[in-house]
Amino acid sequence: EPLGLGREALPEEVAAWNTDIRPDGQGLPEGSGSVLQGEEVFADQCAVCHGDFAEGVDRWPVLAGGHGTLKSRNPVKTIGSYWPYLSTAYDYIERAMPFGNARSLSSDEIYGIVAYLLYMNDLVDDEFVLSKENFTEIHLPNEANFVADDRPDTPTMAQAEPCMTNCKESVEITARAQVIDVTPEDAGIPEGGEDAAEGGYDQAAAETADPESAAESATGDDQVASAAPALDAGLVEEGQGIFKKKCGSCHSADEGKHKIGPSLHAVYGQTAASVDGFTKYSKDMKSAELMWDAETLDQFLTKPKSLVKRTRMSFVGLKKDGDRAAVIEYLKSLTPTN
Amino acid sequence: TPAPEITEVQEWNQFLGDGVAARPYGMPSQFEKHVVRRDVEWLTASRESSVNFTPLHDLDGIITPNGLCFERHHGGIAEIPPEKHRLMINGLVDRELVFTMDDLKRFPRVNRIFFLECAANSGMEWRGAQLNGCQFTHGMVHCVQYTGVLLKTVLEECGVKTNAKWLMPEGADASGMNRSVPLEKALDDCMLAFSMNGEALRPEQGYPLRLVVPGWEGNMWVKWLRRIEVGDQPWHTREETSKYTDLLENGKSRRFTWVMDAKSVVTNPSPQAPLRFKGPNVLSGLAWSGRGAIKRVDVTLDGGKNWVTADIQGPVLPKSLTRFYVNFEWDGKPLLIQSRAIDDTGYVQPTKNELRAARGTNSIYHNNGIQTWHVRENGEVENVEVS
Repeated sequence: EPLGLGREALPEEVAAWNTDIRPDGQGLPEGSGSVLQGEEVFADQCAVCHGDFAEGVDRWPVLAGGHGTLKSRNPVKTIGSYWPYLSTAYDYIERAMPFGNARSLSSDEIYGIVAYLLYMNDLVDDEFVLSKENFTEIHLPNEANFVADDRPDTPTMAQAEPCMTNCKESVEITARAQVIDVTPEDAGIPEGGEDAAEGGYDQAAAETADPESAAESATGDDQVASAAPALDAGLVEEGQGIFKKKCGSCHSADEGKHKIGPSLHAVYGQTAASVDGFTKYSKDMKSAELMWDAETLDQFLTKPKSLVKRTRMSFVGLKKDGDRAAVIEYLKSLTPTN
Repeated sequence: TPAPEITEVQEWNQFLGDGVAARPYGMPSQFEKHVVRRDVEWLTASRESSVNFTPLHDLDGIITPNGLCFERHHGGIAEIPPEKHRLMINGLVDRELVFTMDDLKRFPRVNRIFFLECAANSGMEWRGAQLNGCQFTHGMVHCVQYTGVLLKTVLEECGVKTNAKWLMPEGADASGMNRSVPLEKALDDCMLAFSMNGEALRPEQGYPLRLVVPGWEGNMWVKWLRRIEVGDQPWHTREETSKYTDLLENGKSRRFTWVMDAKSVVTNPSPQAPLRFKGPNVLSGLAWSGRGAIKRVDVTLDGGKNWVTADIQGPVLPKSLTRFYVNFEWDGKPLLIQSRAIDDTGYVQPTKNELRAARGTNSIYHNNGIQTWHVRENGEVENVEVS
């Protein structure tokens, strides 16, 4: 007996959310996109992380290649070498990509991107057009290589008791973590010995998330100290916090340190697309003829694409005036005074 | 000589402390600041699609405090005003319905304690001993009491059609997390949870609503749950094809590897919790199984030559963390510590060598192998593997 809680979903509401795609094609929207159209969208929206050839930049996922590597010591798992179904690509791109600006691509654009990915995986030729109509004709090479879960697959000794005494002749250490030494510095490992718990632990180290953000605070503080009196120190600090949270994934405030985006060490007062050593500016950014001041930054940070139409910066924007003002004040504080 | 801590009057004996208005939401003692989640930066390309780890070595009992539950996000934490959140159930149902949080809190309610473990927990340890601390080797696990509604109850409100076989839960976060869940499991013990350990879900654990899939891999417990589609076939989403599938040595991959096998780890001593005293010591650890309850835990101090059965302390609940202790005398000599869990299906936790023999070294997920800690004469502890 239903309790009568909730209400009927309206067709428009179901349509708004029910956009998932199944391998049998259920859910595919009307639309199409060619490899060449896809290549253009990919270059603008995807390549900054996935590489112009879908080869993956830094640690971002590689999307093409890896054929025949699954049994090797270091398998490369891509759409072409590993994924069982093409529908997964459409479904995932639609709900989650670009990273930082999900649900911003049109159906035609997604068909195009998927067509381009098929091409980069040598599965179609460069004239190929992907559409709702031919989508389910495409089968990926690894489709048949998935098997059902047949665990337990190790001795479970359900009938017999595990050994309790004199189980081995000898024991040798065969591997050691300290040799590899990849544990974070601030792992909370006390100095050791009897004094371990008593102040041997460095609380300051624990509070610093990582050496990089420690360096960033160092930069900010130095600049605040020597900056022109016109800067609001409280606002700068607030902006630094927002910067770390919302910008830090892709930008560093350290000079010369480029991540997905350019170093913003001296961006305030600079011409757009002019940071030394950063090569991944979009065409639109390079031809924007913009100077970064409080006004242009404010507009850009509200919604990047409103100022630079096809910027690669996949960022939804800082909606709150106060947030933007704080970040701009922080960026101002970084620029070396003349 | 008499200890000054006793013979001298201390600050706290003398002066008043904070009053009752000073801490509206209480936090741990300032002297416990080292008890925090930690992450390993080099693991991922960004921190928004990444993980941090529960400080197992610093905790006791079976309940993980809310602020220390490990986080795993694929698109960062969604901050959702509860009055704006909706749960939609659509697809093969008699009535496609939309619920508010208020609606969900008016259904009959249940409380259950369950562990949640990421399938990639211990994933970095497949090839050898790598990270030096049980927080990092085993910290993608937590255990809290969930309060919510049985998924079955809400599905019955909608009326599930007879040809329905699968559900697709979907999150409202920036990754739009989606997975396929077989209807049988959904109707068995799955929950729609809105509280953890008595208070509302934390944002990082899916506030205001998450799915609970007892004993199964953490990724399926979709956070910021906004929709469940009812269908007749699985969707083969990205997180059950590209990811969370287990590549075997022969090049084939297991998919739909849902259940978390029985596992245990000694949390103390461990690299972040060295031995400091000779004489009586308490060895402490955790065991859990996605197939049911823990029946027994054995512990060895000599690398597997001889074992004793540990003392299980506190409630033993199915698909929940279980706490065990071994009281031992330390003579200052080196130790090789291991624990092995046995669950009530008779499953025995395997060694890492047994796992590698069965799967190779590239399956990434479901590493439930026995963990070895090497205690040195100075009390320091290291993550090692043994023959």
